[in-house]
Amino acid sequence: MYRYDEFDAAFVRDRVAQFSAQVQRRLAGALTEDEFKPLRLQNGVYLQLHAYMLRIAIPYGTLSARQLRQLALIGERFDRSYGHFTTRQNLQFNWIQLKDVPEILSLLADVEMHAIQTSGNCIRNVTADQFAGVAADEIEDPRPVAELIRQWSTAHPEFSFLPRKFKIAVTGAAEDRAAVAVHDIGLRIVRHPETGETGYAVLVGGGLGRTPMVGKWVREFLPKPHLLAYLEALMRVYNAEGRRDNKYKARVKILVHEIGIEAFRARVEAEFARLDPSRIQADAEEVARIARYFAAPAYADLPDNPPAFRRARAANPEFDRWAAQNGFPHKVPGYQAVTLSLKGIGEAPGDISSAGMRLVADLADRYSFGEIRVTHAQNLVLPDVRQDELFDLWQALAAGGLATANAGLITDIIACPGLDYCALATARSIPIAQALARRFASPERQQEIGPLAIKISGCINACGHHHVGHIGILGLEKRGEESYQITLGGDAGNASAIGEILGPGLGAEDVPDAIERLVAVYLAHRQPGELFVESVRRLGIEPFKTAFNAEIHHDAA
Amino acid sequence: MSTAKLQPLPAILIANDLLTGDTVFFAGNGWTRHPGEALMAEDQAASLRLGEAGQEAMRLNQVVDAYLVDVDLSAGGIPVPRHFRERFRLLGPTIRPDLGKQAEFPGLAAQAGRTR
Amino acid sequence: MTLLDRHGFRPDPFRRLPASEIAGHPAVIVPLADVQAGLLVRASGQRIGIDIANTLPAEDAVPLANQVDLIAIAFPGFADGRGFTLARRLRRNGFRGILRAVGPLIPDQFAYAMACGFDEVELPDAVATRQGEAAWLADLAIYSTSYQRDYARGQNILDARREARQGGGA
Repeated sequence: MYRYDEFDAAFVRDRVAQFSAQVQRRLAGALTEDEFKPLRLQNGVYLQLHAYMLRIAIPYGTLSARQLRQLALIGERFDRSYGHFTTRQNLQFNWIQLKDVPEILSLLADVEMHAIQTSGNCIRNVTADQFAGVAADEIEDPRPVAELIRQWSTAHPEFSFLPRKFKIAVTGAAEDRAAVAVHDIGLRIVRHPETGETGYAVLVGGGLGRTPMVGKWVREFLPKPHLLAYLEALMRVYNAEGRRDNKYKARVKILVHEIGIEAFRARVEAEFARLDPSRIQADAEEVARIARYFAAPAYADLPDNPPAFRRARAANPEFDRWAAQNGFPHKVPGYQAVTLSLKGIGEAPGDISSAGMRLVADLADRYSFGEIRVTHAQNLVLPDVRQDELFDLWQALAAGGLATANAGLITDIIACPGLDYCALATARSIPIAQALARRFASPERQQEIGPLAIKISGCINACGHHHVGHIGILGLEKRGEESYQITLGGDAGNASAIGEILGPGLGAEDVPDAIERLVAVYLAHRQPGELFVESVRRLGIEPFKTAFNAEIHHDAA
Repeated sequence: MSTAKLQPLPAILIANDLLTGDTVFFAGNGWTRHPGEALMAEDQAASLRLGEAGQEAMRLNQVVDAYLVDVDLSAGGIPVPRHFRERFRLLGPTIRPDLGKQAEFPGLAAQAGRTR
Repeated sequence: MTLLDRHGFRPDPFRRLPASEIAGHPAVIVPLADVQAGLLVRASGQRIGIDIANTLPAEDAVPLANQVDLIAIAFPGFADGRGFTLARRLRRNGFRGILRAVGPLIPDQFAYAMACGFDEVELPDAVATRQGEAAWLADLAIYSTSYQRDYARGQNILDARREARQGGGA
């Protein structure tokens, strides 16, 4: 993984000193709260319901064991000994005091981490495929370009006061596991159809929130040396023309929607034509320097699916289920990537204790070259595990409560913190996730239902990605009560789609039954091998809508 | 001024401490972390004074985001907000009874549990 | 209003006047609508600047850019970053005069403003009182380098790495 050189290290130290001084100026009254707010947000500090929250950047979801141990320590020393992994591959601490933030940032800098641009109206941390570098369907590892963009976008003099936040995601694989179509910019590493050269296909204007939209192609093939100049051109068009009169219409998706993708493309291309990419782009040696950090670890020469692995699976059905459900094929024979579910039944999705972090760090050192990945589904991944050691790993994880075999299943629920923590929320999210996980707790039943993504947001900002859940749940306030709106048919992958609303909002206590009815329609009508979301696509929304509304008691509107 | 919306009563003043971020309540002679010590405004004049105290405390960089919240006094003597959002804020995360004011002040949840 | 450049607070040599009243003043800023009239009556050696909104398309400002000595871009609020982009575009189009940011910027944006091509900032007095000269100058000194190439400041990290590679022979 990437390591800081002297320049990166100095920059992050300077940033810590800068924020320390900003806090002092705030306390002295030189900075008003209105002035301080964007500065603290660009350092990851939110004010939540009960305390400050600190959102720490985990660039493109890659963590070292050493970094995870430091997060565990920070959790113990400054928080309540737990953290929350987010849908943008970051980590949040929920009980932070502002006075401690400079010291925490300094501890992060000790392990080459920071909280820069995890919030605010700037270019946010870049996200990527959690299986980058190990997936067999990968054209190229997206992490080097994600790191290049991270550096380029850090403290950008022109783009730090944008109309609104700006999120970039990158994938290098055939299957989109980074949800690039619902980002402000989505980059797919592609091969040029004629020359075979790798470059980027650029999507723009995707996003969730109040007005969900799927991104549109703005450039089908961008040569690699043009990337930063093209991004600069695109950001410049957005910074100049994005709406600033209404924060709900300020994302680039609205600009693209209002002027049309052709006009938007023309403006970006016109701006790009005036730039000299060689003056903006990192030179080839620099790109190569970054890429070298992501070279494959020293894999052993191993047979695939060795006898010991097969025997352990045959002898232990629970291990077998976990290996099948949470395993992900590795491009190197004899290895496997494996998902550590942070969705134990009844747990808060994405939460992990400091003790859990240390366990994962130790196991990563022992079994996965000391590396951990964070997924946008709020789970962790050990990317490089030998199949012949998977059973030992599983036993250690099971002892720590981290071996729930539900990756991708109905209890692997994405949920934002919601109104239990978040000042923006309109309703709670986590209790809904917990109730649904308990309802569908049976492993056999989860297996029978198969892959099904439930995603829950506690407000219209959609941090829980409800629009792209196969089943989406949005918590709102209705007449002084929490009310939950259910959507169906969303998809975050290659067939990206926004879910459709099924009917009137439900009280929290009615949500599990309603989800049961949707699942029952699927089980009754699915064809052999057909996944839930595929059945929804084939059947259309109507049979689900009928079942959903069958038992809802409409109160007078 | 004459068109100002009437504050539903009784009301308390809630904010976050600037330095720590803790949810705090105005107690009349300062800020408290215990909702049972919050000063309750029973009439419009008192609620106006509370609002002014909030503005002043923000101006002095003591607290941020101070605003009035309408409450009912529980049988246990705790001013309990009528809106669920502020109720969660008063006690702590509903999913973690071991955290927040509900954990810090034993008995608080029970005292706040029933509004009169 | 208080004027500030990279050396600190200083007196403003420019006065804001309508074109009809600029005679006898060595340096004036006229409203955009007045600029042609101002240029017509400009005395030899007299410096003329214009006030423009941050929404003015750069192309519209370009024809004027080579005729005026100063362009003052309004920042309606510090969080409205359009002026940074407009400054960049004007510099790219060859404007070599004084570029001034006008509005309630905060010290934490000073280095950004300079990097985007501004020379100076004109602040409301209340902001300048609350955020004194030291805070502004401190912002210029916080970062020795930055990650972006092709912006108007000292060394950037990408070029520094290149030099280290070449110089160090590594």
